Amino acid sequence: MKNRWVLFVPLAIMGLLFGAFVYRLVTPAETLIQSQWIDKPMPLFDLPPATAGVPGLKSSQLADGRPRLVNVFASWCIPCRAEAPQLEALKAAGVPIDGIAIRDRPEDVAMFLKEYGNPFDRIGSDMQSSVQIALGSSGVPETFLIDGKGIIREQIQGVILADQVPGIVARLEAMK
Amino acid sequence: MSLRLLLLPLLCLLGAFALPLAAQDRLPPAPYAYQQLKDPAQEARAKALMEELRCLVCQGQSIADSDAPLAGDMRHEVRSKIAAGESPAAIKAWLVARYGNWVSYDPPFDTATALLWLGPLLFLVIGGWLAFGRFRRAESDSEDAS
Repeated sequence: MKNRWVLFVPLAIMGLLFGAFVYRLVTPAETLIQSQWIDKPMPLFDLPPATAGVPGLKSSQLADGRPRLVNVFASWCIPCRAEAPQLEALKAAGVPIDGIAIRDRPEDVAMFLKEYGNPFDRIGSDMQSSVQIALGSSGVPETFLIDGKGIIREQIQGVILADQVPGIVARLEAMK
Repeated sequence: MSLRLLLLPLLCLLGAFALPLAAQDRLPPAPYAYQQLKDPAQEARAKALMEELRCLVCQGQSIADSDAPLAGDMRHEVRSKIAAGESPAAIKAWLVARYGNWVSYDPPFDTATALLWLGPLLFLVIGGWLAFGRFRRAESDSEDAS
């Protein structure tokens, strides 16, 4: 036999494959589905108010010349509670914020706002996630940066962290 | 073992189950999430499309298989659009424009999927070439022997 080590090559390949399978079984791929609906106009919608005392949200209202945030949230979404202080900070920095409440009941939204504060100018109620799907959004919370002409410029998936706040303010300012 | 040592893992276990339960909305499913369309032909078209669309929450399931609220809302979306006379291809294109090819279990042939489609052909060629080489060697060996 010229080189008996060659005999072990198939075994080594099998070992590598086995290792790769075990790795993926132990740490499953968590794919974050990013919206492809970026640099495109806000889909047309007209959502009723999500709770008493806060107006509903129409897509035409998002093109008033002022860049803003549209926050997709829900009262039943636990991470959304953790995001509330950051939204308050953004509002304090002069950023207009509108909300879209996903599959929510008016009384639950009212409770959520009472407990965690209300940074929203308007909140539309998306009972069947239709606007969420039209936005290419796949979860809560998600936040969209909208320029003054109503074009979606950026999607932020998951909770906005405190260190992201200044960057968001600056990017919205740059859209003016 | 003390009672506290026993209780602690139990509480952790309970906590792990309680959180996801609390993170569910309290709304009933959308009308067309679990209800078929009246027209069997339309329902058949909707069903075929729903089986081809990937659930965004429980990835790896189709929206036809998933009980996630968002999957229910996507079924409602698909069935409503079919009922309104839209073609399955148009609905799929509408969703792909928002979620990318990822949302479909039948992605088109492009650079990302080329290896997947051509792979079997490639392996067949390599296998054929290997087998051919082996046969030829065996043939020349037997000729030497004779």
